[in-house]
Amino acid sequence: MAERSFEVSRLPGFATIAIAVFVLLYLPIATLVVFSFNSGPSIAVWQGWSLHWYSDAWNNEAVKGATFRSLIIATAASAIATTVATMAALGTTRRAAFGGQTFIYVVINQPLMVPEIVTAVALLILFGVIKQATGYQGLAYLIIAHAAFCTPFAYLPIRARLEGMDLSLETAASDLYANPWQTFRHVTLPLLAPGIAAGAMLAFVISLDDVVITEFVKSGGQDTLPTYMLGQMRRAITPEVNAISTALLGLTIVLLTLFFILTRKKN
Amino acid sequence: MKRTLTALAFLAATTSLAQAEGVLNLYNWGNYTGPDLLAKFEAETGIKVTVTDYDSNDTALAKIEAGGHGFDLVVPSANYVPIFIEKSLTVELDLSKLPNHGNIAPEWMDVDWDAGRKHSIPWQWGSTGVAVNTSVYDGDINTSAIFLEVPDALKGKINVVPEMNDIVNLAIMYVGGEPCSEDTEVLKKARDVLLAAKPDWISMDYGATEKLSNNDWAASVNWNGSSMRARVNNGSVAYGYPKEGYPVFMDSAMLLRDARNVEEAYKFLDFIMVPENAAMISAFARYANGIAGSEAFMPEDMKDAPEVVTPEEHKAAGVFLPTCSPVAQQYMTAIWTELMK
Amino acid sequence: MSPAEQSQKKRSARNGWLLSAPALTLLFIAASGPLLIVLVYSFLTPGQYGNVIWKFSLDGWTGILFTRDIFDGTTNLADAHLTIFWRSVKLSLMTTALTFALGFPTAWFIATRPPTQRAMWLFLITIPFWTNLLIRTFAINEVIRNEGLMNTVLIGIGLISEPIRLINTDTAVFIGMAYVYLPLMVLPLFAAIDRFDMKLLEAGYDLYASRMQVLRHVILPIVKPGIVAGSILVFVPSLGAYVTPRVLGGGKNMMIGNFIELQFGQGRNWPLGAALSMALLLIVMAALLVYVRASTKGSNPHG
Repeated sequence: MAERSFEVSRLPGFATIAIAVFVLLYLPIATLVVFSFNSGPSIAVWQGWSLHWYSDAWNNEAVKGATFRSLIIATAASAIATTVATMAALGTTRRAAFGGQTFIYVVINQPLMVPEIVTAVALLILFGVIKQATGYQGLAYLIIAHAAFCTPFAYLPIRARLEGMDLSLETAASDLYANPWQTFRHVTLPLLAPGIAAGAMLAFVISLDDVVITEFVKSGGQDTLPTYMLGQMRRAITPEVNAISTALLGLTIVLLTLFFILTRKKN
Repeated sequence: MKRTLTALAFLAATTSLAQAEGVLNLYNWGNYTGPDLLAKFEAETGIKVTVTDYDSNDTALAKIEAGGHGFDLVVPSANYVPIFIEKSLTVELDLSKLPNHGNIAPEWMDVDWDAGRKHSIPWQWGSTGVAVNTSVYDGDINTSAIFLEVPDALKGKINVVPEMNDIVNLAIMYVGGEPCSEDTEVLKKARDVLLAAKPDWISMDYGATEKLSNNDWAASVNWNGSSMRARVNNGSVAYGYPKEGYPVFMDSAMLLRDARNVEEAYKFLDFIMVPENAAMISAFARYANGIAGSEAFMPEDMKDAPEVVTPEEHKAAGVFLPTCSPVAQQYMTAIWTELMK
Repeated sequence: MSPAEQSQKKRSARNGWLLSAPALTLLFIAASGPLLIVLVYSFLTPGQYGNVIWKFSLDGWTGILFTRDIFDGTTNLADAHLTIFWRSVKLSLMTTALTFALGFPTAWFIATRPPTQRAMWLFLITIPFWTNLLIRTFAINEVIRNEGLMNTVLIGIGLISEPIRLINTDTAVFIGMAYVYLPLMVLPLFAAIDRFDMKLLEAGYDLYASRMQVLRHVILPIVKPGIVAGSILVFVPSLGAYVTPRVLGGGKNMMIGNFIELQFGQGRNWPLGAALSMALLLIVMAALLVYVRASTKGSNPHG
């Protein structure tokens, strides 16, 4: 590589665009964070520094409950979605074409193809019947509903990673008498990891954002952060929501930094 | 198999029993129930209230009809109250359990949609009018012409809330018809006036409090409570009551047929009819309530706010939107689709 | 084909089904299964106040293309519906193109960082999306407002003298949609580029290919699955999007998602809403199949 005058993986202009994308991505987030410290009740008119929206959010049981509920649902749903999506991706790529492959593909991607309101109404009717028959009204309905529409978001990146992934290492492993599980665990899975990570992150974020399906599936006392905000939207959004979002961002960044420091040490 | 079923039934029965121990599930508009109100109720009765939000009458109706929701009380708008009653989704109230029922202000007692208030207890009421920045436009603002024949000063600066019932009925009344009209001549005129005005609107969106305060919009079709908040932030915003007719709304609490916490629900309904508590509701969401004597407890800035206390000369033009017939609803949807295409 | 090969093929197909079974079960319970209810509803009569009456009717389906004029009673082609549909398709196509134009360089940039940094850059892409969609859209609004950050800065450094008016324009919607859907493009692209062997580029340049040629003939074919996945993830959900168009575009024009929602809400015509969504499903499914067939043809070395 040294003999060439340029780095082969560098494509001119790409780094500039990428940096610009990152800057643009964080610009709105920066305003959001700044206005969480606004002393006034507006998310657009600055009236001075204050922390009172943080204490308001902390003292508001409804907001706190909704935030925790959102995180629980997103964690459970993305875990389920990523697991079933990884299995399905392994089952539908890198093998001789078989009848029904297209069918599986279409079923998995179906949640993408109808507007949310339709799935929402359908689930409302179905779960309404089940809720009445069993008397159970817990969070499981929301987790199952979220896991279902998150599945295609996890499946597509994993499948994109798998398609055309080099088979030779796996063949080598089985030549060395590794059993299929060992081959999967020590060869396929590490190679697949970036795809799985991408899929899991997408699923998590998608679940965290969902409004319409949650609105129709939730039972009493099951507001999530988005449905709580939807209720506020018709009237006025206050910086309280900015404060929660900022707190969540801060928490994420702290956890990720810890994670990176720990893995760095291990290496 | 049978045993599991019995066990399940037992489990279901005990969990619902456990739930009936001092809790209440309220299904209400988002951002409508102040935490201080609930704290006071809990302190007085030991009952913990869980609030779940909705953002449209239709969502609330669909969810309650589907069943298995777990709510005890719902707070629909006046034109949805008869639908809940007709579909038997709510029950007639046992007035003997509501000693404060007499506190309902006389003008809110014998309303068209629930004579004698046997099904619904007033929560809040308000109106849909036009909020205008008077430093941009200083003409007459008590007219729907503000958004239907937009004055030059407001062209491209006025917003219209995306509420089909409010907007189409404002237009119908503007051209001289009755709300929920089925008269095609009237409807045609209403449609034409809307279509002609639309290019002059900047947007059809919510969030008027914010955008009127920071001058993004110079005017908006808007609710009175929101207009008052905008005026507090931005002194030049004034609220107009269209003289051609403007919609008045009232949201009222109703007891659901499949409520599990009926006694608690009665306690809560009685609680919100205490004038002091009704004033707390108003202080939080900035709309008037329907309880006599609550004026004394209202926050200072609301006591004489022209948005909250309707001036005498504008009272007559206020109209309660009736529950439209399916045919009228079809007409409205067709006009709305045409408008938004 | 020998019997041994045949039985191996059978086993492979069986494993394929077994591995897909959990996903299929989940989706049948909470997505495709309930959709059958919607299919049934599309053939019923609208109830008075929403919901349906159990009486067979084809009005939902004919209502997609034809409407009875409420004023003269004649039946006409429903041009309002077609306008709404076309607007949604156009906006989704443009959004997909823009997210690709921005997302490909970004994904490439991430994939060519040293391995220890890649995870960090990936997280940097997703962190903004930990904030809720609504508040994120409002934040974009704050940036592009007339008196917002963008205009203040541009005027401050003397680049412009008058604020650029973006708010409530189609451009604002377009920018906002691209912002909202960007990670859906970047992550699948990254997953595909990341396994790309940079030695192939060496080979390409050794053969005196130009940068453009290398990009077209070496890079694009190999990352194609990622492009397909990313475009689907962006295009299809943006068809049904309505929060972003409403907040940034000012909501004066309906998207197909709003229109269907109207039928289930104030429009009180559930069968029409159901039929519209079934029709949308069929169209998207057909387009998707054609697209996937065409784009995977001959690019999958493992058959």
